[in-house]
Parts: sequence; structure tokens; C-alpha cells
Amino acid sequence: MLTKIKLNSMEYLEFELPIKELQEQLEKCQIIGEESEVDVTETCKQIEEKLLKTKKEIYKNLTAWQRVQLSRHPNRPYTLDYIKALCGDSFLELHGDRNVKDDKAMIGGLGKIGDQTYMFVGQQKGYNTKTRQYRNFGMSNPEGYRKALRLMKSAEKFNIPVVTLIDTPGAYPGLEAEERGQGEAIARNILEMTRLKVPIICVIIGEGASGGALGIGVGDRVLMLENTWYSVISPESCSSILWRSWEYKEQAAEALKLTAPDMKKLKLVDDIIKEPLGGAHIDREKTFLTVRDAIEKNYNQLKNLSPKELVKERMDKYANMGVFKG
Amino acid sequence: MSWFKRKTKGITTTTEEKKDTPKGLWYKSPTGKIIDTEELEKNFYVSPEDGYHVRIGSREYFQILFDDNKFKELDANLDSKDPLKFEDTKKYPDRLKAAQAKTNLKDAVRCAVGKSKGKDLVIACMDFNFIGGSMGSVVGEKIARAADYALKKKIPFMIISKSGGARMQEAALSLMQLAKTSAKLAQLADANIPYISLSTDPTTGGTTASFAMLGDINISEPGALIGFAGPRVVRDTTGQELPEDFQTAEFLLEHGFLDFITERRDLKNKVNLYIDLITNQPLRV
Repeated sequence: MLTKIKLNSMEYLEFELPIKELQEQLEKCQIIGEESEVDVTETCKQIEEKLLKTKKEIYKNLTAWQRVQLSRHPNRPYTLDYIKALCGDSFLELHGDRNVKDDKAMIGGLGKIGDQTYMFVGQQKGYNTKTRQYRNFGMSNPEGYRKALRLMKSAEKFNIPVVTLIDTPGAYPGLEAEERGQGEAIARNILEMTRLKVPIICVIIGEGASGGALGIGVGDRVLMLENTWYSVISPESCSSILWRSWEYKEQAAEALKLTAPDMKKLKLVDDIIKEPLGGAHIDREKTFLTVRDAIEKNYNQLKNLSPKELVKERMDKYANMGVFKG
Repeated sequence: MSWFKRKTKGITTTTEEKKDTPKGLWYKSPTGKIIDTEELEKNFYVSPEDGYHVRIGSREYFQILFDDNKFKELDANLDSKDPLKFEDTKKYPDRLKAAQAKTNLKDAVRCAVGKSKGKDLVIACMDFNFIGGSMGSVVGEKIARAADYALKKKIPFMIISKSGGARMQEAALSLMQLAKTSAKLAQLADANIPYISLSTDPTTGGTTASFAMLGDINISEPGALIGFAGPRVVRDTTGQELPEDFQTAEFLLEHGFLDFITERRDLKNKVNLYIDLITNQPLRV
């Protein structure tokens, strides 16, 4: 019964259809076994093996575009899912930019992993039409970035390390966002994050779209989950600008080198966090544990550095980014 | 058909036989709910059916926040003077005396140190009953001294605001208390001592333009009125119709000025959870 519920609630992407087919066959086989007293153990086992093999084949050779799709999978865990799993009841959400608004697309607050308090900041997406609108599809306004900065400065004051969880299709391109200075807000965050005197660990858990992501994305460690993307533009927008059509998004995704392995190769991110076979949503608990371990491991490497060393290393890291001749 | 029938006309009970209902047995919330006062007290002075947070003063907040209601009051004997020889419908000293007699309080704020969930906390709590919780020299000085105490002993500091604003009877002396208290909070901030500001119903005028909005976290209770200029002034000046929730705690949360709103029953836990988190200490249960 359990597999059936799981099957119904799970959404499949186009390239995952062979998996869906096998999953359905397996389920049918199990039902036959339950209802007809025919011994189907062997068949089930064979289908299971084939399923695993197919999964491995598909997920080992994902194209850039397929990873982009996985990063947007509707069942994927979002920022608050991570925080609640990591901190449990210790999480205390804090609101507001002390200026104009509380941005629902950017959340933050204090919470404990083990004995250590962290200040969490991250973009939040919704689960259904209503909450997606409420969260503005994870697209922050300037007040979201200013709220994030306020919380990070508060963390700095009390010597609390910062963890940012990045998942955004971009900063919100709206009239009021421009009136209130979207560019200024992101710029200010980037500058302040380069010199914040506490460790900053950034984790890209979904989409890392451009300035909207970097606005909370400057850190001592920038980690990408395996099936996420991070670039200067989304593949769709890139395609429409350079190819003058949305049709070339696959090519654009490939060309942008936006996957975690590519970003690591370019030395623009520090490490990759492995996801369960099939993506973070297939085994959420396992994903949360891996992310928790990654945060703790990286914090332990950073916690004994003096604020001066910390900031110097961070600044050196960013000073070294870029490729040029002469 | 009526249930009761009056046998003889008129009121027949003699004045001597008339029974008074003792005052204070019942409380009526603005939504019309009638509650036993004892039950109200047990429910953190929150009307059980509609969740209305009844206005309370320092006595009740100390009782809610300090363990076993044990605390040491700081500078309890500071008294107001009348430097401007102020007189409106009453002389200021007379007004002070009347307020002191009515409320049994010395002035509009009381400061205390005590244990909250086993750890020291300094609280300055305003009393609205005392001339509308207005802030004069005594309020400013007591808050400044409480902040000094927190600074010297490195104890987290909390101000519970409940005020109509500055005390007109002390004119510009009152205004400068905004600067005086803010300067103290700057010192506290430089020493990295957590400061929690709780704005309660009502927190208006000068208090919002100083300590009430300067917390490491600003928090409030459901439905509290918080604002700089009163709603009537805003309406008359701008000629605009104001939104229904204008200047409520919920309005302020939405507009980015509060970190969160807490029910009064959760206040002690939430404040101490914040303190444990921001000081990176183990959580107290």
C-alpha cells in the first residue's frame, strides 16, 4: 500500500518515464502477489533489479537541462524543510527588514544543529498555487535582501555563524522592486558578506539564478547539491536572448556550464553535496542528513580561524575568480 | 409570556437590603466576553474565548516573566520633580500625587532584576495606568540605570513598552529622554548584550521613536496598537481612510518592524529561547 501512495504522489519528469513504467510494473506485480497467492517474489526481484539499473543509467548520465529540471522538481525539499529537519523545535523564525516589509520569499532565523546556534537565511518557495503566490515563487524583493542582511549583521554582532540556503529563479523583476532599489539591496549584501566577521556557509539547494542567488551567496564555503544549477541567467532566458527563442534551452543549459560539477571545475563553488539516487526528493531524510553533515564539517574547518583570517581568506577566494589573458 | 411576574409594583427592596456586586469579580473583553477575573489571571490575562490580550502592568509582567515572582526592584524610589512649574487643568505635582495615590506606583516604569527560567534577566516595564505611561525624566533615568545594571553585570536586557509617549508636563526634558535611553542602548549594543524590546498595547509616540524599535529583536503581542502618530492624527492630516488593521502588531509585522508576535502564554519561553540561541548556550527546557 505504501508504494502505491508514494507512486501517486510522486511526479515524474519526461526523462524519468522508463522509471515510472518499471515502478508501475513492480507495483502491479506486488498486487498480484498479494491478491492471488501466486508466488511472484522472483519476478518482483527481477523488476526491482531492472529498476535500480535503469535508475543508475538515467541519473549517471544526466544532461545539464535534466539537472535543471530536477532542481525544480515539485517534490524537492525547500529551505524551511531543511531548517525544520536540521533544527527541529529550536528554530526561531525572525521577520522583517525594519524598513518596509516582511518578505515572504526570504526567510530567516536562529536554530541549533547539535550544540551550535546558526543564523539561517534562505529563499522559500511554495508547495501549491496559493503558497507559491504567497512566497512569490521564491523571488525576493529588496526588502528580502535587506532582511537577510539585517539577520546576518545580528549574527555577526553575537558571533553566530551564518548558513544560507539558496533556491531562487531570480530576484523579483517588479516595478516596486526597482523603486526600492533591487540592485542596491543585492550589491549591499554582496559587499557586506565579503567582510562579515563570522563564518558563512552557502548551500545551493535548488535554483541558483544570478544576482538573486548571489545576494545571499557570498561565503567561506559555497556548496552545491548534486542536482542544482547556478549561473548568471536561467537557460530559458539565455536561450531567448541569444537564440531569440525559448526553444534552445537545452543547448543554453549545456553552454552555460551551470551544473555542480562544472561549477566546481571552474572553481566557482567549493564542493558538491551528493544526493540520493534520483534526487533530493527521493529520500528527503537522507538528503537532510548529508546537508547537516556538510554544514557541520565545513563549520568545524572554519570555526577556529580568527575573524581577520576568515575575512582575508574569503576575500582572496573571490579575488581569484575570473579567467583572462595577459 | 414572561417568565417572571412582578407581584407588587415598583422596587420594594429597601436601600439597606440592597446587595452590591463586588468590583473586579468579572472582566468584560472588548468583544463582549465576560470572564471570571481569577480565570483571567490563570490564563495570563488573556480572554480565553477570543484571545484578547488584556492590558496589564509591571506587576503582572514581572509575575509572568520572573521565576516564582521573585525579583529585586531597581531604583524603586526615584521620584519626579516639577522643573517647569507646569500647570494645565491641574498642577503637575498634584497630577503626580493623584496618579501615585490611584496606582500605588511611583512613576510610569518599574525596573527589576531576577531569574527567568533560572537565568538573570533585567526588565524595565512601563505602566500605562500612571499618566498614560508617559515618559519623563524619571522613566528615562530608570531605564538608563537598568541598562547600566545589565551592562555592568552582563545580563540580557528587556524593555516592555506601554506608553502614550512623552510626558508633556516635562516638555523638552521629556523629549531628550529619547536620546538618553537610545544612547544607553548603543552602549549595550557595543558590549554585545542582547536587548529585547516588547511593545505592548499601546506603544505610541516617543517610545516608538526610541527604545521600543531598537531591540536586537522587536516583538509584540497579538492586536497591540503600535505607532508613532496616533491614527486620528494621521487621518486628519492626510485625509486618507486608514486600513482596518492600521498600526496593529500584525500590521507592523507585515511591514517589517517586528521579528515576531507572541501569545502572552509563550512569552517567557520565546524570550528565553531567543537568549539561549543568540548567546549560543544550551537550550533551557
